[in-house]
Amino acid sequence: MDAGGPRPEAPVPVIQVEHLGKVYNPGTPGEVRALSDVSFRIDGGEFVAIMGPSGSGKSTLMNLIGCLDTPSEGRYLCDGVDVATLDAEQRARLRLAKIGFVFQGFHLLPRMSALENVMLPLVYAGVPRAQREPIARQALADVGLADRAGHRPTELSGGQQQRVAIARALINAPPVLLADEPTGALDSRTGEEILALFERLRDAGHTVVLITHEAGVAAHADRTLTIRDGRLVEGGAEVQP
Amino acid sequence: MKHTDILGMALFALRGNWLRSILTALGVIIGIAAVIVMVSVGQGTQAELDRIMASLGSNRLEVFPGGGRGGGVRMAAGSLPSLTTGDMEAIRDEIPEVQYVAANVRGGGQVVFAERNWSTSWQGVSEDFMTVNDWRLDEGEGFTPRDYGTAGKSVVLGATVRRELFGEGEAVGATVRIAQVPMTVVGVLAAKGQTGWGGDADDVVMVPLDTARRRLLGAGNPAAAAAAATAARPAALMPTDRVNQITVTVARAEDLEFVQEEITTLLRQRHRIQPGAEDDFSVRNLSQMVATRTQTTRLMSLLLGAVASISLLVGGIGIMNIMLVSVTERIREIGLRMAVGGGPSSVRRQFLAEAMIISLGGGAIGIAIGIAGALATARFTDLPVVLDHNVILMATAFSVATGLFFGYYPARKASRLDPIEALRM
Ligand SMILES: Nc1ncnc2c1ncn2[C@@H]1O[C@H](COP(=O)(O)OP(=O)(O)OP(=O)(O)O)[C@@H](O)[C@H]1O
Ligand SMILES: [Mg+2]
Repeated sequence: MDAGGPRPEAPVPVIQVEHLGKVYNPGTPGEVRALSDVSFRIDGGEFVAIMGPSGSGKSTLMNLIGCLDTPSEGRYLCDGVDVATLDAEQRARLRLAKIGFVFQGFHLLPRMSALENVMLPLVYAGVPRAQREPIARQALADVGLADRAGHRPTELSGGQQQRVAIARALINAPPVLLADEPTGALDSRTGEEILALFERLRDAGHTVVLITHEAGVAAHADRTLTIRDGRLVEGGAEVQP
Repeated sequence: MKHTDILGMALFALRGNWLRSILTALGVIIGIAAVIVMVSVGQGTQAELDRIMASLGSNRLEVFPGGGRGGGVRMAAGSLPSLTTGDMEAIRDEIPEVQYVAANVRGGGQVVFAERNWSTSWQGVSEDFMTVNDWRLDEGEGFTPRDYGTAGKSVVLGATVRRELFGEGEAVGATVRIAQVPMTVVGVLAAKGQTGWGGDADDVVMVPLDTARRRLLGAGNPAAAAAAATAARPAALMPTDRVNQITVTVARAEDLEFVQEEITTLLRQRHRIQPGAEDDFSVRNLSQMVATRTQTTRLMSLLLGAVASISLLVGGIGIMNIMLVSVTERIREIGLRMAVGGGPSSVRRQFLAEAMIISLGGGAIGIAIGIAGALATARFTDLPVVLDHNVILMATAFSVATGLFFGYYPARKASRLDPIEALRM
């Protein structure tokens, strides 16, 4: 479980953070320090869990390594590229090419069917219209929702919505999958299935970063980073100051 | 990201709130339709004036008795005509730039042929009248110099009068009675159709000037004519040298204003008008009057166009307003689209596409309604309408511009959202 350096068969650091810090609303009375001095690296093909209590900064960290947000301090290299040097357009392209998200709050578009929600990244990836639907149907089948393709999110249970969100995150076969509490709304059996899916993805060479506060879930990962009050307390890496 | 996908997403979003989309488009629909109707009416009026202008020619001056300044072609009622044949001759002899001068007197009466009669107006005309007014003969030879010199009992019929009295029959050579006076038909005028002011130009008969004075104004009453020579004449009788109108043409259109001034000076002298006193005649440059009206019309169309444009502007503001509301409402959607790989440019294009669909769709409907409105205006009102394809092109360009201009800011606002902020909403 303890970081054993890069895995021999995938030695490329996909995610490398150095002294990362995030301050929300800096310089205002509402200033919040969500992360400070976080350093670690995740190599391609790793399955890593990020653990920590509520409010410890896990989602903040996920947004940073997902190139949705920019750090206040430190440096983040995504696949060797310093994200701070990219503009919004380039970050979007990086997300499109490299990262699939499963958000804590699912974030499905309410007016679209499950199938259309899952297809959305394909639209931006420029996949031809005719090819999108079969791919999306397959992705829904992979999460056990083949028979719910035409349903709107409001017509689905919480667990089903979560699985739609997972199918959407996986549809592009992104090199890096970031999942924020992906099993939070699932019963243990479905949760296990999802985690088995993540393991298969890892075996296929994808990098999986899983955020959870359940030790049982984190146990499926190759190693765990533990975060508390915005600081990495376990699993971090020594980097040059 | 493909254009078809952008379009599909935009249409999907608009369908989701179709009533709102249609209400938003309504502003553009009304604006574009108004622009088309207004511009079509403006252009129609313009074309009408151009036609009148062309039919008048640009080298004519008309001299009327009475000082009526600037008030259209009206005669001061009840006053005796102040113009005389002598005035006409003076203009011809003393102003070298003048090409032709013609005088005429007018009246009305019954023209009778056998059992048929027709009420029309007659004109007593001097020699150059036909030339000056571009009247041609369809039949017959017209008046001879002898007719003009001796008050011959000859008449030339307008096409309408000829049709009413003779139908298909032979007219030239026949004898008709005008105000009881028998006269020989020596010609029929070629039809001119409508006058510039909407009347029938062909409902007229013409006789030589002196014939009109002696035989028609004398009203078939030789005793009255004889009395006129000695005693106070009846008020209805016109002094024998008076004319209702003198028409002047100049050889070169550039001389028109100069000749107008010359005529004024000359007639003031002849009529012995003291400096400072008002003219007892008026010299009108009809083409100038039409030109003035053209300017007024231009200004009117410009104003109408401006009003229509303002309604289009309001429509555009409506689009902007709704798009801004839409951006706020759909902030989570925007964040999510960005998270799954939609860059700012694709978000901007999507929202711009929505605004463009509203304004172009509204524009298309507005064009259809505008065309229908213009056609209905032409059919059910007297307003002249010219529906030009340029108006349609302009309306299309307007609606594109409206969509781009008023859609850009909301689209840019959407594209600049921070995905994190947007997702947290
Ligand atoms: N936009 C923001 N503005 C201000 N403070 C914020 C913002 N987002 C997060 N925070 C704060 O940053 C800290 C970390 O939040 P974060 O969402 O990363 O926690 P978390 O570890 O994901 O918690 P949970 O397990 O409950 O999801 C919290 O104290 C939170 O209040
Ligand atoms: Mg969280």
